[in-house]
Amino acid sequence: MSERKVIDARGSFCPGPLMELIAALKLMNVGDEVEILSTDQGTANDVPEWAAKVGHETLESGERDDHWFVVVRKAK
Amino acid sequence: MSKKVLIVGGGLAGTIIANGLCRHIGTDMRKGDVSITMLGTTDTHMYQPGLLYIPFGKIRERELFRPQRKVLDKRVIFHIDPATNIDVDNKKVTCQSGTVHDYDYLVIATGSRLNTASIPGLEEGAHWLYDLEGARKMRDALDKFDGGQIVVNVNAPHKCPVAPLEITFMLKEYLEGKGLWDKTEITYTYPIGRLHALEPVAEWAKPAMDEAGIKYETFFNTREVDPAAKTILSEEGVTLDYDLLVTIPPHSGADVITDSGLGDGGWVPTHKTKLLREGSTDVFVCGDTTNIPISKAGSTAHFEADTIIDNLASLLTEGRWARDYDGKVFCFVETGMKTGTYVWFNYKTPPNPGAPSQMIHWFKLAYNRLYWLSARGLL
Repeated sequence: MSERKVIDARGSFCPGPLMELIAALKLMNVGDEVEILSTDQGTANDVPEWAAKVGHETLESGERDDHWFVVVRKAK
Repeated sequence: MSKKVLIVGGGLAGTIIANGLCRHIGTDMRKGDVSITMLGTTDTHMYQPGLLYIPFGKIRERELFRPQRKVLDKRVIFHIDPATNIDVDNKKVTCQSGTVHDYDYLVIATGSRLNTASIPGLEEGAHWLYDLEGARKMRDALDKFDGGQIVVNVNAPHKCPVAPLEITFMLKEYLEGKGLWDKTEITYTYPIGRLHALEPVAEWAKPAMDEAGIKYETFFNTREVDPAAKTILSEEGVTLDYDLLVTIPPHSGADVITDSGLGDGGWVPTHKTKLLREGSTDVFVCGDTTNIPISKAGSTAHFEADTIIDNLASLLTEGRWARDYDGKVFCFVETGMKTGTYVWFNYKTPPNPGAPSQMIHWFKLAYNRLYWLSARGLL
């Protein structure tokens, strides 16, 4: 059964949201989902761009209260 | 009854906490009210950032090591007996020897390890300097290198986030010094869409690499290395040729963490300001071991350790919480063989590195010696 993990990278300057996502996906199974929370607006663009390059699926992204969020499903 | 503080891990984080606690609660220890026990894996303490200088012949190996017993305050009970199971429900830690330790407060500081086996071909095809054996091999490889393609390949997650840039710029100056730069091309690869996780550092690094003639490839996450063909392939579909591959390997946490069911990948879910294990009030986590989205670096461990010392001392003697961790990280950045800069930030203050200078490089060299005062909890 697939799982959804939340990474709260709000206020994380280093290694930052995308690096956290990359590291987290390495530990997950195909079909699992990660929701990344970030205070860096760039995350809303960087994460979907990287996911598309690698072949993972961006399920949703947007702004929520004081932060941005992106949900990615591990596809391979 | 005597309170027991048990520290699992004898690296920088655990050592600073043990020594700092002795200073804060020495009176209570003398009365027998508190004991501090450390479970380590080795009798030797290594200054890990010093490995950076080994391949370039800039430091002697013996300068990196001290006996752990001499680094530790005499009042700390020290066992070289690696923990094999941590049972936070029953407050017991089992060691390789079979000995079981109970505790009132536990500090988990088991650190991170190289996970070179997670990428096919990496161990056979690449060099690294993140452990002594690797640094020695890289030194030998550089001795034999007479020009060609060098790929400096960065993987996630890794500790000491500025080291990849330091290695790259130091390599360039080293090769210039040997008269090989005209015959060499360096390509630096990085997992995300810029040259460093810290945006201001990336903004500094890009023109610096352009000026130095260092090429780069972003969005590069290593899928595999082919040592026979001397190629490295990324998940993003890019293949690079190399004559010398220098990698910053992916890291993972200690096996005892995963074996004990305390966290995927060996990283323990940890509250970002309390530094308590999520769900625990008596288990602190420090340094690389946490899953906090923050740099895995010696300075992170140091500032976290200072916070834990204050809180443990306060809890043991006054029964109250002292203060929260603000996310502070400070890193020197060697920008070549003769210049350096530094960067600091916390959860609320973004980093803003200054211009590189020789003075800051000297500070870094001085810190290479002062480290032992940090480990003793004096700096």
